[in-house]
Amino acid sequence: MRKIKHGRLSSGCADSCCLKLEELSVKLEGDSILEDVSFHLHCGEIVALIGPNGAGKSTLFRSILGQISGYKGKITFSPAGGPAIRLDGGPVSGARPLVGYVPQAPSFDRGDPVSVLDFFTAATARWPVWLPVPAKYRARAAACLARVHGEDLLDRPMGGLSGGQLQRVLLALALEPVPHILILDEPLSGVDIEGEQQLLDMLDELRTQYDLSIFLSTHDFATLGRFADKVILLNRRVLRAGPPDEVLSSREFHETFHLRMGKGGAQ
Amino acid sequence: MSLWYALVDLLPFEWAVPGEMLFMKNALLAVLVITPLFGILSTMVVHSRMSFFSDALGHSAFTGMAIGALFGSREPAWAAVLFAVLFALLFNVVRRRSALASDTVIGVFSSTAVALGIFLSTLNGRSFTRFNALLVGDILSVEPAKVGLLALILLVVVALWLVSFNQLMLSAVHPALADSRGVRVFWQETVFSIAIAVVVTLSMTWVGLLVINSLLVLPAAAARNAARNMGQYHLFSVLGAVGAGIAGLMTSYYVGGSAGAAVTLYLAVWFAITFFIGKK
Repeated sequence: MRKIKHGRLSSGCADSCCLKLEELSVKLEGDSILEDVSFHLHCGEIVALIGPNGAGKSTLFRSILGQISGYKGKITFSPAGGPAIRLDGGPVSGARPLVGYVPQAPSFDRGDPVSVLDFFTAATARWPVWLPVPAKYRARAAACLARVHGEDLLDRPMGGLSGGQLQRVLLALALEPVPHILILDEPLSGVDIEGEQQLLDMLDELRTQYDLSIFLSTHDFATLGRFADKVILLNRRVLRAGPPDEVLSSREFHETFHLRMGKGGAQ
Repeated sequence: MSLWYALVDLLPFEWAVPGEMLFMKNALLAVLVITPLFGILSTMVVHSRMSFFSDALGHSAFTGMAIGALFGSREPAWAAVLFAVLFALLFNVVRRRSALASDTVIGVFSSTAVALGIFLSTLNGRSFTRFNALLVGDILSVEPAKVGLLALILLVVVALWLVSFNQLMLSAVHPALADSRGVRVFWQETVFSIAIAVVVTLSMTWVGLLVINSLLVLPAAAARNAARNMGQYHLFSVLGAVGAGIAGLMTSYYVGGSAGAAVTLYLAVWFAITFFIGKK
């Protein structure tokens, strides 16, 4: 087991920062997407969200990002030792915690005339990127990319990046400014084995360096045990939550992925 | 205008004689204002895959003209602008609320607008032919006041580009990512579609409905073939549009034929050139 700075799974949340979801329910166009979802997410913790397609993983992320209005239940964030802040949608401002978001790899066409520098500057600065980008912003983008060992990607077109490189650029963007909570939507899909290891090492480095909570969804069960402190099995409701080995060997996990995994596939 | 005339009179063309051929000089100025306008807007039309949408807007502009004419308005262009803006707003709302693919929603809107336009313009057995001028357009009929209006719109669009191009680009790349960074995606898209609606409607009379969408697609499509970043993309798009605009007007003057169509053909050549020698 790895060391966790604070907020061990079973302990209370009194003196650590914590994102709390309490009885979150979401209905979209009459369909129930999430029902009674409750869990805590502590800082310094990497939590993996697993579940079949359509389980509501992206909806759960969007609720935390404040992009879904009219959900039932409560989403609150308590900074270490401070009072809880309610997250009720709307743009990030003032006391709200910053939530960094790495979306499922957006599609760039190979020919898209968007360089990494353009993309980065457009997202972090007011300077219109159709004018030549001043050295100041260039240096800042390079510094941000250095956090994910991607300085050399600055002038590459976004459409020409590999899956792993694109994930790193998106991660660098989500870390500027450094958020309290980092959400990654299937960061391992479309990334080769080498890129995967690089990305997981980076996440581990980040959570110790910045003490942030990392919440990611994945279909890659084989690697879960290597990086996740906690796994949440979601299929509209939380079926099981706990340490990776416990969830992966649970009856709920086998029932949920029975067809997908085949006999004895999840040992 | 007199400053402009004095300036053009220095050019070594047979129509650049002082005091004569004012319509040609007006047209040249109009081209120099319209083409950068389309060159700029074109970049986002292509980048956010809105070429079908801008085509539909052109159709709605025609319907607006028909409505304006029906109510006996002297300047049906203003009725058309109003109609096109409403069309753009309604389209954005429906696209957001509907589970249908965007091009299906556009198809629904576009065909409705065209049908309404044809129906209204042929009410009481009237002939459609008086709208033929709109279909082809005539840049030589442009008046100095209209050029001034278009120049004002060019300034507004450049200001819009300075303030909100970044947000617009992020919204096109990934709406949820843009939202997570505080961009109000819906309003960005709405303001941009209103800008296209206004520009398309006001310039339709001179460019022609049938070719106006090519001005919104070809400059950036050609630029995309060659550009590696947003700066180059805009540069190539605007240069291509202005170059093709001037060449098209000249060609139309010396050999006759519609200027709008000639400009489009030059843009197509520009596209072919960038396609073959562009980045690999």
